Amino acid sequence: MNHAMNPSEREALFENVMNDAYPDARGRFGPFGGRYVPETLVPAIERLQAGVDRYLRDPEFLEEFHAELKSWIGRPTPLTYAPTLSKKWGAQIWLKREDLAHTGAHKINNAVGQVLLAKKLGAKRVIAETGAGQHGVASAAACARLGMPCTVYMGAVDMDRQAPNVGRMKLLGATVVPVTSGDQTLRAAVDEALRDWVSDPNGTYYCLGSAVGPHPYPYLVRELQAVIGREAREQIVAATGKLPDWVVACVGGGSNAIGLFHPFVKDRTVQMLGLEAGGKGTGLGENAASLAYGRPGVLQGSYSLLLQDEDGQVQETHSVSAGLDYPGVGPEHALLMTIGRVKYEAVNDDDALAALAECCAAEGILPAIESAHALAGAKRLAVQHPGATVLVGLSGRGDKDMPTLQRTLLKGQL
Amino acid sequence: MAPRDSIGHAICSARERGGPALVAYITAGFPKKESFRELLGAVARTADLVEVGVPFTDPMADGTTIQRSSRASLEQGVSLKWILAELEAFSNEAPAGAERRAPLLLMSYLNPLLAFGIERLPDAAAKAGVAGFIVPDLPYEECDTLRAALDARGIALVQFVTPVTPLDRVKMLSANSSGFLYAVTMTGTTGKNVEVPPEVFEYFARVKEVSPVPVCAGFGIRSRAQVAKLAPHVDGVIVGSALVETLERGEDPSAFLQSLR
Repeated sequence: MNHAMNPSEREALFENVMNDAYPDARGRFGPFGGRYVPETLVPAIERLQAGVDRYLRDPEFLEEFHAELKSWIGRPTPLTYAPTLSKKWGAQIWLKREDLAHTGAHKINNAVGQVLLAKKLGAKRVIAETGAGQHGVASAAACARLGMPCTVYMGAVDMDRQAPNVGRMKLLGATVVPVTSGDQTLRAAVDEALRDWVSDPNGTYYCLGSAVGPHPYPYLVRELQAVIGREAREQIVAATGKLPDWVVACVGGGSNAIGLFHPFVKDRTVQMLGLEAGGKGTGLGENAASLAYGRPGVLQGSYSLLLQDEDGQVQETHSVSAGLDYPGVGPEHALLMTIGRVKYEAVNDDDALAALAECCAAEGILPAIESAHALAGAKRLAVQHPGATVLVGLSGRGDKDMPTLQRTLLKGQL
Repeated sequence: MAPRDSIGHAICSARERGGPALVAYITAGFPKKESFRELLGAVARTADLVEVGVPFTDPMADGTTIQRSSRASLEQGVSLKWILAELEAFSNEAPAGAERRAPLLLMSYLNPLLAFGIERLPDAAAKAGVAGFIVPDLPYEECDTLRAALDARGIALVQFVTPVTPLDRVKMLSANSSGFLYAVTMTGTTGKNVEVPPEVFEYFARVKEVSPVPVCAGFGIRSRAQVAKLAPHVDGVIVGSALVETLERGEDPSAFLQSLR
């Protein structure tokens, strides 16, 4: 478990990535990933693994999944050219509109896929964690649609800053459990969901919302979200006649980013940029940028990069965006960074909010604060690479962020 | 004698005295960092084995009691480094054989061990008088590196089984456990206040039958009545949350532990 590696090791990992070798049989993405769970969960994880192996290749299951993506979620989501931002920033900006997916974010792709899987596996109830509330809403909606009881764990701090989503979950029939332990945000919600799952590993299906956690979750979530990148790749080639120069997405746990990036990984001419939450600064506790500032460690089931102190204690994070406010990151992102296939940078709160305001005014689109980190990254790229074609993952819409926006951008204006 | 052998000896001699071995868990530095060694001394004189908990920010296998004690310890700045230094001082305090003293195990989530460094952990643990490790988020399939490192210094790595573990896996885990086999009484986190259901005794019987190492039951054990019920089925009982709650109430931990026998 050594993060440091020499260039030839890195090159070997790079070639493995190009050959689709990950995750390997042990659930590893190179050195990252794995399955660090209490023994009680081992049989449940093995059942999930068997289900993933069977159903993700089962034409009947995939047909059912794609039918829901189309008729219920509204896929394919459009690819929108952003003429005003393009002119302002000096690059060709294209937006992959996950904000137009049902329930308002990419989270629904994964949620409906996993709840379908839960039914196949004979689960009696579904549990989920949520940060910004988008995965909670998506899980609640998917459970309502497919007839499964749903319980969502949400940090008390997040319930406050994403209040509109709490009401939506309740209307969709979910039980929302406030989490008052730990940091009372996404990470504490995951801990609490894991505790629930440990209590009933046979009857409960844990619908994990990001590309994190023990194997096979990072793989399962990537496969269910890869529809974003597959569509976007086809759409941008159809619209521009070529692949984009850059593909850009925000990264918290990293599900929308891996979904957008994955279908482009083997396109060696396409460069990729992931934007993490830079929060208020570079110090420990001031941000949620695990790839930029983290060190390798094990949290919530997988070995990846982690914001921690020298004693291995996980640090509290800060971001204006609840969906990125997480001290870890999916193991595949840790690998893609290590081998240099994807570049990762941090965007601070102020720059994200500024990009959000620009997108509203220029394109008539209110993006989620999470997605605004990707827009700020695209703006940065435009300065460095004038004229480049930049595909931006607009992972969700910003309606849920109104309480935060009223306290920040709109302060004093109402 | 390898450090790990002291664990089996302690369980055997408790058995010879007629009871199941009493395994006591305390979170290191809880309730007060300054009185850790004193408390450890009292617990180690009463219990047959002591599990010293390394606090972690994300104790996903633990219930609310141990979450609270872990947080309180972390707030006082307790770290694995500090714990090992304290245990070393503790082991050097009393001359060997001067009094009956229970062997020590460290119970830690994996990340604090990784941060300390798996390479230097076994030596530091041996020096501190640690006979074994219990790592609740490290399933057998991921434990090779730590197990090999501890093995080289004769230190045990305890494996878990639970009521949902298939019998073949129970066999494999017990064959690969050292010190003892930690048999979780129920599916859930530590500290729940529930009656031990009758089917659990059948599970313990199956585990006992196949396990080459002593079997200790843990999670949710709080009363003398529970201990008495479990006694015929297992070699030891592990008491954690109930002991931590005794400390929270400011009551005498030794008296509580004695009351369970």
